[in-house]
Amino acid sequence: MKVLLSGNEAVARGAYESGVVFASAYPGTPSTEILENIVQYEGIYAEWSPNEKVALDAAIGAAYAGKRALAAMKHVGLNVAAEALFYSSHTGFDGGLVIISADDPGMHSSQNEQDNRHYAKFAKVPMLEPTDSQEAKDFVGLGLEISEKFDTPVLLRLSTRICHSNGLVELGERKTIKDDRKPFARNPTKYCMIPGFARRRHPVMEQRLKDLAEYAETFPYNKVEWGDRSLGLVANGVSYQYAREVFPDASFLRLGMSWPLPEKLIRDFASKAGKVVVVEELDPFLEEHLMMMGVEVAAGKDFFPIVGEFNPGIVRDAAYEAGLVDETVEVQKIDVGELPPRPPVLCAGCPHRPVYYMLKKYGLVVDSDIGCYALAVLPPIATTDTLGCMGASIGVAHGINKAGVEERAVATIGDSTLWHAGMPGLLNVVYNKSNTVTIILDNLTTAMTGHQPHPSTGRTLMGAETAKGDFEALARAMGYGEVRTVDPLNLKELEEALKASLDSNKPAVVVTRSPCIFMYDERPALHYVDLERCNACDRCFEIGCPAIIRSDEIHAKSGNAKAEINSILCFGCAVCEQVCARNAIHMVEE
Amino acid sequence: MKTTNFALVGVGGQGVLLASDILAEVGVRAGFDVKKSEVHGMAQRGGSVLSQVRWGDKVYAPLVGKGEIDFLVSFELLEGLRCLEFLKKEGIAIVNDQRLPPLAVSSGGMEYPSQERIDKALSQASKEYHIVPALAKAQELGTERATNVVLLGALSNHLDVAEEHWLKVVEERVPKKYIELNRKAFAAGRGL
Ligand SMILES: Cc1ncc(C[n+]2csc(CCOP(=O)(O)OP(=O)(O)O)c2C)c(N)n1
Ligand code: SF4
Ligand code: SF4
Repeated sequence: MKVLLSGNEAVARGAYESGVVFASAYPGTPSTEILENIVQYEGIYAEWSPNEKVALDAAIGAAYAGKRALAAMKHVGLNVAAEALFYSSHTGFDGGLVIISADDPGMHSSQNEQDNRHYAKFAKVPMLEPTDSQEAKDFVGLGLEISEKFDTPVLLRLSTRICHSNGLVELGERKTIKDDRKPFARNPTKYCMIPGFARRRHPVMEQRLKDLAEYAETFPYNKVEWGDRSLGLVANGVSYQYAREVFPDASFLRLGMSWPLPEKLIRDFASKAGKVVVVEELDPFLEEHLMMMGVEVAAGKDFFPIVGEFNPGIVRDAAYEAGLVDETVEVQKIDVGELPPRPPVLCAGCPHRPVYYMLKKYGLVVDSDIGCYALAVLPPIATTDTLGCMGASIGVAHGINKAGVEERAVATIGDSTLWHAGMPGLLNVVYNKSNTVTIILDNLTTAMTGHQPHPSTGRTLMGAETAKGDFEALARAMGYGEVRTVDPLNLKELEEALKASLDSNKPAVVVTRSPCIFMYDERPALHYVDLERCNACDRCFEIGCPAIIRSDEIHAKSGNAKAEINSILCFGCAVCEQVCARNAIHMVEE
Repeated sequence: MKTTNFALVGVGGQGVLLASDILAEVGVRAGFDVKKSEVHGMAQRGGSVLSQVRWGDKVYAPLVGKGEIDFLVSFELLEGLRCLEFLKKEGIAIVNDQRLPPLAVSSGGMEYPSQERIDKALSQASKEYHIVPALAKAQELGTERATNVVLLGALSNHLDVAEEHWLKVVEERVPKKYIELNRKAFAAGRGL
């Protein structure tokens, strides 16, 4: 039976069919739905780990235990998990391990663009790249076979357009697996990477790469498709599909395994095709290796962009520039004038909003982190000065305060992000004594990626109740004396806590605790503006709530439009009520 | 090897993604190879949403570039304008006549495009366009949430696919107690 599946759903299905029994991940677009789908299958233990490094360590453990395991993460997650990738490349396993790296060309929802094919070469492990959902499913099983046969972790690289595109997939049955417990296959010289043992493993890895390169020559998805022989396209992943659209008649070498490369196959193809053209998103990874093999590349990154995501239009335009196709698609120039943008904004009623409103008021340097609150970078809130990667906020604020600027620097970090990568930074502040105030934005969920549970929600991915991590106790255990907890929707309480923390001039933690609006079954209240009292002072607009809009009523004296509240969008957080000096905003009494 | 390319656009929360799921599945039932592509992420926070669906004998790419869309279905006027460049010259636009002013308009200084500007741009961009009261039709039936199915009904008039395929997939994809309502919504869309 064939069904439409997204790449992520297909990977989950592939894990099920190929007998995976352990799957771990930390959420991250575009990879999140892999685990959200895996958890629906019987017979697979699945978890959200606190971060990608832990997810990978755990999956490695499962593979050491002789089982089939999978770890999934977005591209930058592999940066976090890189240490585990490298040691596991040295040790190999008794079982099988596939690591999903979901890259995000175009940065639809990422802080940087990077091409994770480099990790395969860097860590000396094989990498597979599917071109559609069917292959995304099949490559999980193939990857596990390669992992077991060659004693190596296997990277399965997806991209946003593979993860979030649907295509038809033929479903299969689950491979039967024995649910047995064997004694642990003790083998310290293989599994304990002290220098003496690791030194013995490196040559094994080099030999493995040679063997894998040999295997790549006959890997069924490194495929030559002959067409018109004057043009030979070399492509990987979703770029292959785009190139297929643009060059329907050309010859293709599509590489389903992007590391190690099948040198004989490539040379042979190149010698029989006229012009060799490489179409690959992001870095010139294939192109450079082709050139090292002495293959002449007629068009590569000199025409096809190195930055951002491809689509058939971009590939066609570049091919036209390169003189490879005769025409492009005509895009109509339509005069629509300047259109108001519609960027995402913090939801009406978001508990993060008042925190930034307050920080703006105090003119602090705000070093922030990754999560919904990253939206505070942009107008209308625009109260963030630095934002790098998960966990960076606290370390950066500490450095700024130690080095010294006129203002004080504070860190803002979400609850899930604190557990992910914030703890060492938090410890550093108190250990090395800076007067950094860290605000932990505890909205009781991992909101940005779709509201996954995390270590202080008391719930696991599989729905079990569990221990709840305690930020206040954590800070105290680290040595913090200044620890406060407030409801951020209470502006007075919030301001007092912030002031007291700053005034203490000591390392301080403020936990702002209030649930993300998606944690409610229904909205707690609804607010309205009493137009009689409103004098169009615009104060309520300063908080930047999308539910607060201009009314048609003009205040006579100032000529300014009064405020109004959109009754569909308002969540009833009552923050606007607290900033209104005219007492013009009230709750609707039901 | 002709493919039919659809783009569905709107604002987070309008049901664009469910509509494109239905459209993709209808293509499968009608015997086509189908691909669909969308970008998740910040849609929940009120940003623009764009999804593409392609039907054909053999579909390679899950999305196309500008100037290659046969049918643009827009759930909101401003978002429709934003995506006009995707349309082929001979493409058809179906636009819900709903206005959802973004923050830049509702609390900032920018203006929502006038009806005149909208009409002008649409007539320039497409050989055929329909501004339809899909939201009003859905509201008449009792819920805004059915706007997406009304729009699919309107789209179905332009496609040679048996009505039963549409109704079957709609039934499978909406909650049981809303099946009847959505059948009516689809019929209302077909009547537009
Ligand atoms: C290394 C890494 N892993 C995952 C992500 C994806 N990601 C972005 S924000 C976020 C979670 C944010 O949760 P939280 O800190 O609780 O903030 P909230 O969105 O709830 O406000 C995740 C998982 C990332 N950007 N980088
Ligand atoms: S999803 Fe939750 S945390 Fe994110 S912006 Fe909305 S209310 Fe805030
Ligand atoms: S109460 Fe005020 S600030 Fe809160 S969601 Fe409603 S309009 Fe926005």
